[in-house]
Parts: sequence; C-alpha cells; structure tokens
Amino acid sequence: MSRTRTERLVNLVICLLSTRRFLTAAQIAATVPGYEHDPEDPRDHDAFQRKFERDKAELRELGVPLETGLASAFDTEHGYRIAHREYALPDIPLEPDEAAAVGIAARLWQHAGLAAAASSGLAKLRAAGIEVDPQATLGVEPVVTVDPAFGPLTAAARARRAVTFSYRVPEVDEPTVRRLQPWGVVCWQGKWYVVGHDRDRDATRCFRLSRIVGTVRAVGQSAAFTPPQDVDLIGQVAHFSGPVAKDQRATVVVRPGRAAGLRRWAIETVPGPGGDRLTIPYSDSEWLASRLVGYGADVRADSPPELRDLVIQQLKEVVTRYQPAAAGVLS
Amino acid sequence: MTPPQQRTPVSRPTGGDRLGRLLNLVPYLLARPGIEVAEAAADFHVSVQQLREDLELLWVCGLPGYGPGDLIDMALDGDRVTITYDAGIDRPLRLNPDEALALVVALRMLAETPGIGSRDAIERALAKIENATGDLGDAPVAVRLPAGTERLDAIRDIVERHHAMRITYYTAARDETSSRIVDPMRVLMVGNRGYLEAWCRRAEATRLFRVDRIDAYEELDEPAAPPERAVPHDMSDGVFQPSADLPLVTVRVGRGSRWITEYYPCEEVRRDGDEWLVTMRVTDLGWAQRLLLGLGSDVTVLGPPELVAQIRGQAEAALDQYATPAP
Repeated sequence: MSRTRTERLVNLVICLLSTRRFLTAAQIAATVPGYEHDPEDPRDHDAFQRKFERDKAELRELGVPLETGLASAFDTEHGYRIAHREYALPDIPLEPDEAAAVGIAARLWQHAGLAAAASSGLAKLRAAGIEVDPQATLGVEPVVTVDPAFGPLTAAARARRAVTFSYRVPEVDEPTVRRLQPWGVVCWQGKWYVVGHDRDRDATRCFRLSRIVGTVRAVGQSAAFTPPQDVDLIGQVAHFSGPVAKDQRATVVVRPGRAAGLRRWAIETVPGPGGDRLTIPYSDSEWLASRLVGYGADVRADSPPELRDLVIQQLKEVVTRYQPAAAGVLS
Repeated sequence: MTPPQQRTPVSRPTGGDRLGRLLNLVPYLLARPGIEVAEAAADFHVSVQQLREDLELLWVCGLPGYGPGDLIDMALDGDRVTITYDAGIDRPLRLNPDEALALVVALRMLAETPGIGSRDAIERALAKIENATGDLGDAPVAVRLPAGTERLDAIRDIVERHHAMRITYYTAARDETSSRIVDPMRVLMVGNRGYLEAWCRRAEATRLFRVDRIDAYEELDEPAAPPERAVPHDMSDGVFQPSADLPLVTVRVGRGSRWITEYYPCEEVRRDGDEWLVTMRVTDLGWAQRLLLGLGSDVTVLGPPELVAQIRGQAEAALDQYATPAP
C-alpha cells in the first residue's frame, strides 16, 4: 500500500469516527484528502468509486466496524460512519501478573495463522496502555498446535452453521463425507475433536480433527441450529474413566542386562541362573503379551498360564507367517 | 519501505499491517507520554527509521478541516515523543474474532497445563479477556489436559531454580536406562505429555526428555549452565521429526494394526488388497523389532532384510524357550 493510500485511509477512519451523521460517498469525497475528482466526468467518477470500494474493503478486513445508514428520512443515498463505542477496545484492567500471562499465552501458538492473530491481539492490548513483560515465563509452557480444520470449525460453531467434510478413520481407506452441526471444539488429552449433531446418523458424534481430509466447508445459513443447553463438550469426548487398576501379576524371566523397558515396570526382581525373574503388575493380558513378544528371545513369560499361552500363540503365528512356505507373504 | 531491523523475525509487512500499526500507534503513544522512539519501535517490531516515518505520516492526518488544530499533534523532544492531540483515535481497535480466539484458547490451554505457576493470574486474565471481547470471547472451544503429576511439579521447580540435574532416563529407542547430568532449559507440554528440554552433557546436545521416562532425578548443587550453542527445539512439526538418514522400514499392515499409521509418522501408506503397505523411518531397528514383532501376525515386515531376519530369528528363538514345560 502506498503512503498516500495509507494516509487517505487514516484520514477516512478519523473522519468517520468524528461524525455522528452518516456521510455519503460524495460528502466523503468532498472532505477527505485523496478522493478529489470531477463527479461530472463519468470515467473520473468511476475511478473514485472503485477506489472508495477498495478502501472500505480494506477497513472491514482490518476489523473497522463501518456502519451504513441514511442520514435522514429525506436522504435516498446510504452514508457511512464509525461508532466509537463499536470501534474502541474496551478498557481491560489487567494487573501486571495477568498481563504477563497474556503475553506468554500469545507466544504459545505454533500454528502460523493463529500465532499472527495472537500477536496482533497482543499489540492492541499494548496500544491500550497495558505493559507486557516479554521476558516472563511460567516454568511450564504448553506447545499449542491445532489441525487445519480448527479455524473453519470454530468459526462455524460460533456462527451455528452446518459444515461438511471428508473424514477418514485409519481402518477404512476411503474417506466418507460427513455433515455436522458443530457445537464446539475440544482439546482432550492433547488431541483435538469436534463435537456436534451428525445429520446423517441423526446422533451426537465426535470427530478427531487430524482425521479430517481436505477442507471443511460451511453450508447453509448462520444460526441454523441451537446446541443443547449446557452441553458438556469434554464429557462427550472423554468416555474413558481414568486409569485401570493393575491388579494382576505376571512372572517373566529376562536375560541379564536386557529388556530395560520391562524392568522399569517390575515391582520385584530376583536374579537367577536363567536370568532375572521379574514380577510385573498389569491389567490387560493381550497388551502385556504384545509387549513381551516384542522383546523376542530376551524374555520368557512364565505365569500366569493364560499370559504364557497368549505369548506362545502369537509367536507361533509370527513364525508361520515368515516361513518361506507361506508363499507370497515375503516379496 | 526501509527493511526493518527486527529483534524478532516477523513476516514481511503488508499495507494492512502498516495501517493497523498506525491505528495502534496513536493510543500506544498516548498511554506512554515521553516514550523513547527506540522503545516504541522495538515494541512494534519495526526499525527506528520506520517508526519515524510512521510518525511523519500521522502528523499530516487529522480531522476534516486539516488545519493546525485538527491534525494529530505530537512533541518530539530528541529521542522522545509525546502525543498532544489524538484527533479521536484514543483507543486501539477492538479484537477481531481470530485475535480473541487465539488469546482465549491459548489462555485456557495455559490454565489447564499441569505444573504451571501463577494459575490464579492466568484465570483472572482469561476472565477479563473473555469479558472484554463479549460474544467473541465465548469461544466454542474446551480444553482438558491430564492432571498434574508431582514429578512434573518437582522438575519444574528445579528448572526455575536454575540447577543442574542428574537423571535416570529410559530411552525407548535403544531400550536402555542410563544416568546422565543435564542442564535444564525449560519444561514443555506437548499434547498430553510433559517434556524436560535440557542440555545433555553426555550427548553434548539439546535433548527432549519425556517426563514419564525420567525414572529418578536428583537436583545438583551447581547451576544449570547450558552452553551458548544449546538451541531450543523447533516444535512446530511435533516432537519427532524423522530425518532422511534414518533406516526406512517397509511393512504390510492388516486392519487391526492400521492404527500405527496414525500414531507414528509414516512416509507412505498405500492400499494393497485387504492390507496396507506402509513405509516409516525409525531411529533404531531394535525399537522397530519390539514394536513390529509385538504386533504379531497382523504385521509383516518386508524390509530392510536385516530386520526381517532379526524378527524371524527372534520369534523362532523365543518360541524355542517354551519347548520345555513351564517351570
């Protein structure tokens, strides 16, 4: 943007902030420097109108609330003004420790678009006279990342507009098109989900943002639905109920100096001639069997028998699968 | 436009950036009479030269009439500036929806982070920002991170006291536990996991240590002294960024183990009949053996050949151990 255009736009903002009456384009042209033209000359007038349209778009892009309306009942042409109350950031009386927290929060975004939005928001707070200590830290800093679908989904949830997107779960190859009335977006255990009413399933559904393929499209009108009163977004996603009690005990023999990962879980370690005998608390036999098999010949599961059988079963399947006789398995 | 001498890198300014900056600049200066031009320039991440050009531009802007009493006026006293007439731009613009969302969600994230200090200040700040942004602050975003752990709190305290630590750390890639002395730099939360970022004196490099794999730790009576060359990790692409010199593993994966393609970064995932051909880079073939052998017959390793041989050999040897009845 040229200096003259920037200057014209600053003057336009000041002019529209200072007026209570709506000013028509012609009145603005006669007032604000940079819009001088001959209204009788069609080409000159056209050029002015294009310039004025671009300028209005620029201000709206920046978030300047341009109001349009008629100056009086006798006017036929719409005019413009900016209400100071709508324009101005309200007073935010932040204490120094609160301002420091906002400053830290603004640095957390790893997503380029939201990082830029956070720092321009912070610049406005600074402009309102708030001092932000750039050196402040809080000891622990969350790394805040979001999936690309985050922006469109939060915008749609706020506008209460339906969305459509392609969704792919790992077990199925082809993405399917889903139609959703989004109620909100949730960060649960470090992953992002959108919760809402699935219009095809006619039920409440959660979708993981990282599984959305391509773009999220908003469809239909704004304010098209109302989320249920006091909907518990996190409750919709958090269907796991805390850690499971590890009340079973496995006995496992590991070779000396091997399987450090298993040793960390052991509540007892007894050295023996064939290796160290570990006692490992667990809750899910299949899960533990899978871990034990991963260690191959470094580990032998001794008890309980069902764990031992699971390990043997899985090892047999693997051996069979890799036998040269299993034609076509290996390339 | 003069290239700004920036303290922090920002994207190349566009016209809209300058207009936004000018509209911020007037109330900013109004709130700080007599501020040094250099300080203001630093706050706006522009050069002193650029800030002076901004001031010159504002000087010729003002209310209709554009006479001496209408234009924005300021007193420049050497290196200091004071706005004496603001022509009505006495406040910055309100936050737009993206700005409100970015600040509110980051504050909610911060408030949920386990082991964080000043939680009270964060929650007060959040309430004030939400209040000032009205409907925009009522972001349809909820955040819940795992509850704090004593270990994370304790490690954070050591980081804040700037002391070196001796840690016993389990390295999953090599399946070994080792003791090392580290110079802590910061504690991070990535997703639901806590990490200690520190200079590792043994590796002579900056390392990220998963807090749940620090099996023991001891605060040392010496200051944390990460060397100049200890650079924090760029976290924008996640914690694990596989590099091209790591071994490439190719596997055939059935439906039941397809989740690994979502859990671990993969180079390629291709449909092959009822299964998928997956290639991924791994830091260590031993780690790949523990993962892939553990997945059982739902996964077949196709390469590299040494991994195929290792998995086949290990499965056979492991099975031989059970040839004799259980003791």
